[in-house]
Amino acid sequence: MRAINFRPDRSWRLALAFLPFAFLCLAYVIGSGVRLAENPNDKLLPSFSRMGEAIDDYALKPDVRTGGYLLWEDTAASLTRLLTGLAISTVIALVVGIIIGLLPLAGATFGPVIAVLSMVPPLALLPILFIVMGLGEASKITLIVVGTSLKLTRDIALRVEDIPREQLIKAQTLGASSMQIALRVVLPQTLPRLIDSVRLEIGPAWLFLIAAEAIAADAGLGYRIFLVRRYLSMDVILPYVAWITLLAFLMDLCLRVLQRKAFPWFAQARAA
Amino acid sequence: MNAIIFDKVWKEYGDHVVLEQIDLTIAPRAFVALVGPSGCGKTTFLRMLLGEEQPTRGRITVAGQPLKPEPDADRGVVFQRYSVFPHLTVLGNVVIGREFEKGGGLGRLFGSKRRKAEEEARELLDAVGLSGNETKYPAALSGGMQQRLALAQAVMRRPKILLLDEPFGALDPGIRADIHVLMRRIWNESELTVVMVTHDLSEAFALGTRIIAFERPRNRPEEVERYGARLSADLTPAINGAAMPQGATITKDIEIWPPKVAGSSGIVTRHGHSTPHS
Repeated sequence: MRAINFRPDRSWRLALAFLPFAFLCLAYVIGSGVRLAENPNDKLLPSFSRMGEAIDDYALKPDVRTGGYLLWEDTAASLTRLLTGLAISTVIALVVGIIIGLLPLAGATFGPVIAVLSMVPPLALLPILFIVMGLGEASKITLIVVGTSLKLTRDIALRVEDIPREQLIKAQTLGASSMQIALRVVLPQTLPRLIDSVRLEIGPAWLFLIAAEAIAADAGLGYRIFLVRRYLSMDVILPYVAWITLLAFLMDLCLRVLQRKAFPWFAQARAA
Repeated sequence: MNAIIFDKVWKEYGDHVVLEQIDLTIAPRAFVALVGPSGCGKTTFLRMLLGEEQPTRGRITVAGQPLKPEPDADRGVVFQRYSVFPHLTVLGNVVIGREFEKGGGLGRLFGSKRRKAEEEARELLDAVGLSGNETKYPAALSGGMQQRLALAQAVMRRPKILLLDEPFGALDPGIRADIHVLMRRIWNESELTVVMVTHDLSEAFALGTRIIAFERPRNRPEEVERYGARLSADLTPAINGAAMPQGATITKDIEIWPPKVAGSSGIVTRHGHSTPHS
């Protein structure tokens, strides 16, 4: 049988998906074992049990200095910033994207300026944000908004323009006003596509969050990683990185499920 | 009377003349089929009638009034594809016409008004043979059922003119025959003037009361070599002293015999009802 015709069934698929993860873990265990055998105090590749102790310290025991549970406090601080930033970006992108995608006048006015501004590297703006808005939450959230909203807006505008011309004509022949077309034809067809766009922006959003936290914060996942870096605490950094990855993955998964449940027509139309 | 009159209409894109010197009167309740080779301007003609494109010269009037420069509810349309809204159910696709009409800025109806609109929509869906499919999304329908839905959706606003842009071109012959019966019935029972673009001559003759053929008497210079042999000089009318016509003109205008008259008996039954299957 040709390779292109060999399709794994469900259980095969699951096993195959698991395989690379198992391989990564195994490679780590071997590497860590080799180094620890040579030097039991090696900090670079700590053993899983060492990481387990660190997780215990950070997640399950109150911190001796502050009395809080550090992992959960960091998670709450980071997620609040991340979700606030992404939510603001999404709303801006949806409103502005639909307006410039649907109205030629708005597209001609704001399309080019958004195309130019979206090329500004957001991290280069971080010092300006810190100077203007101080070191508090506002500057971190603003960085996420600046970093993600412009690309999201362009993406939504393009997806609005992708709606077949026939549908807009059809709506007009049914007597729809511009407002009605925006609300009843364009908005509902843009929402599931917006979810796709937001999924792609989760990665950049984390990047900007961790960069901002690394420079100035007093809590947060990125702040903690850069704090313990000073003590070469790989046993804390690695579980934190894994936790951030898991959170990002779960956010992506939630959005995918939301898209499937909330817009049943979308998968059908995409398949057709 | 709601006659549609084309008065010396030209359509040009830059140097490219698409249509020239179109003089045409379409009688109310006519079923006009536009035929002609690809790229001869049939669709441009339809788009001008729709208000999506404006003539570069001349004017189009409906019932003595100049045609509105944008699509409106007086002119319904069914395209070959993308005619229905993929995010609305079958019922929602028909109801939305009434919601645009009476639903205000939000374009939504609630309560008894919505129930009344839904009732109307169900009757229409029943008439086009789609009852039982109300909660499905268009992607779950076959091509023939989607075009039935598009017809129901267009008729919901009771347009005076129905424009069809190769609406049945992508359908299988059997399904097409069924939908022709439906189309003839809709035309017969509503106060409609129908203008249909089609590639299919037998369809044009089966449905139309009048066939209008578009042809380019002479193609653009770079095309003359490829197509020149097919064009006989006899077909080139000298118009108003223009040196050489370059756009399409109406070359054939055929009245169908025996004449079909909308609203008379025998239009639908002669070809028989067939149960919709698609």
